[in-house]
Amino acid sequence: MFTRNALGAALLVLVAGQVIAAETPHLGTPVTPADIAAWDTSISPDGTGLPPGKGSAAQGKEIYALKCTGCHGVAGEGKPADRLTGGQGSLATDAPIKTVGSYWPYATTLFDYVRRAMPLNEPMSLTNDEVYAVSAYVLSLNGLIGEKTELNAKTLPKIKMPNHDSFFIVYPGNLK
Amino acid sequence: MAKKTSSDLDLGELELAAGNGLVDRRGFLNRAGSAAGILGTGLASLAVSPAQADPLKVQDWTKTPGLGFTAYGQPSQYENGVGRGPIVEPNAMYKTGPGSIRSPLQFLDGMITPNGLHFERSHNGIPDIKPDEHRLLIHGLVKRPQVFTLEALSRYPMTSRISFVECAGNSGSLYGKTAADGTAQTLHGLLSCAEWTGVSLALLLDEAGVDPKAKWLLAEGADAASMTRSIPLAKALDDAMIPLYQNGERLRPSNGYPMRLLVPGYQGNMNVKWLHRLKLTEGPTMTRDETSRYSLLLKEGKVAQFKFPLDAKAVITKPSPGLTMKGAGLYEISGLAWSGNGKIVRVDVSADGGKSFAPAVLSEPVLSKALTRFRLPWKWDGGPAVLQARAVDDTGYVQPTRDALVAARGNSPAYHNNAITNWAVAVDGGLKHVYA
Repeated sequence: MFTRNALGAALLVLVAGQVIAAETPHLGTPVTPADIAAWDTSISPDGTGLPPGKGSAAQGKEIYALKCTGCHGVAGEGKPADRLTGGQGSLATDAPIKTVGSYWPYATTLFDYVRRAMPLNEPMSLTNDEVYAVSAYVLSLNGLIGEKTELNAKTLPKIKMPNHDSFFIVYPGNLK
Repeated sequence: MAKKTSSDLDLGELELAAGNGLVDRRGFLNRAGSAAGILGTGLASLAVSPAQADPLKVQDWTKTPGLGFTAYGQPSQYENGVGRGPIVEPNAMYKTGPGSIRSPLQFLDGMITPNGLHFERSHNGIPDIKPDEHRLLIHGLVKRPQVFTLEALSRYPMTSRISFVECAGNSGSLYGKTAADGTAQTLHGLLSCAEWTGVSLALLLDEAGVDPKAKWLLAEGADAASMTRSIPLAKALDDAMIPLYQNGERLRPSNGYPMRLLVPGYQGNMNVKWLHRLKLTEGPTMTRDETSRYSLLLKEGKVAQFKFPLDAKAVITKPSPGLTMKGAGLYEISGLAWSGNGKIVRVDVSADGGKSFAPAVLSEPVLSKALTRFRLPWKWDGGPAVLQARAVDDTGYVQPTRDALVAARGNSPAYHNNAITNWAVAVDGGLKHVYA
């Protein structure tokens, strides 16, 4: 708890452009890892955060047909939503085609994005096994893994995406 | 005694500052006596005043009592043509999917965007968040992971700043090989500016106790896209904040109600709306919207990632396509300039397609990472003209021509296009977007 004077002091130091921890309100409520498990789902490119579970392209094919073809096409050709397949070798041409296979630099991003945001009409409805499987299917459509390759927390981060090395990081500089 | 009319001011005597009729800002200021004289009715009447005005009549609204009071005001019914648009929905199957709608820049003046006209970009619709059930989680590499309610955050000392937000995809069509037909709104309207009031992010991070290993933080929205972006910790500690208010009222749902992130000057989508999670991390998380989206595909297939600040840009909003000029005479050229790297120090205006430039007047206040209004009188002779505005910021950066930008980056980056725009004026007074 803080007193009225303490809050006044905090306000004063803010005006001066400085923050002193001891005199700020401290109104957050502590949480444990168990409390935040449902939200703490983001995945690093090294695979940190990938959940238990597994799936292969063969298993993902059916899920894809049911949940994804409406927007992404039978073989990932896109329309109305993003094209997911093909385009490798097109990026330096006049008509670049940006897909998971041609453009995305990390396979972990695919799992992370599908799990949090897909399908568009019911995000977070797939189980972890289903997300591994449908990710495997999209990667296999791009020729990056075989139909029977099992994706799991260990194998997924090891997949090297074809366009990975084309990326360079601008920050903390700027691009002219 | 003859009444002195505005036509007594001989336009021929105005000191010209650049080709094709651009008037020197200081010379005109001196003649008119004050800036208010230029910006008010004086300028319009110079251009269009007839020899003799009609006799004045007392109108009905002066003779009958007006309407009563309303809890939340609306614009005049005569301004109902001013609105956002067009709605862009990439996914035709789902009407609420990802999309955007643009601010009507050519109908606005000043530096602030009204809340109902602030541009919108969302990645899976606008969530209907119950404020009492919303939580902000700060966790990861911190000593004290914790959650905040809106009520708790509302008890913190508030800080305010006026800041623009611009979508990284704004003006993206200028990378195209042919000049897109469009207006200030349709070409450049993913841009707005508001006064944001909320809690300093540095203060909350200080309370949480940041682990020295942390160099980035992941910001996540509570929308159905769980929009996520990695933000450098240095930026978070520098000038980031968590706004709860927009132009004095609580955030609009489309702008992040009940709380968002503001990272002044950085790509629009990094100002994560509906903010509900900040995770301190060692490195960037490499989310979809910072890898496959919002990265710049350059020549030879190289991809520039994490280009964050929106570089300096100026856009003439008046006159501009859709606002037809009514005959030769004196007009005010006016527009917006901004830089994600600091403060605008100069805006140069050209009426001859970039052959010559004259510096515009910058309307106060001129603030870092905020929209700046610029103005310059122009004596249009009724002939063809090409209008340009070029911004210069306090880092010394000069806004590039489109040719220079495309020569450096190619046609495929999609994002961060800050090239100079050309508005061609035809003899009938119509304006059109062209490449020089």
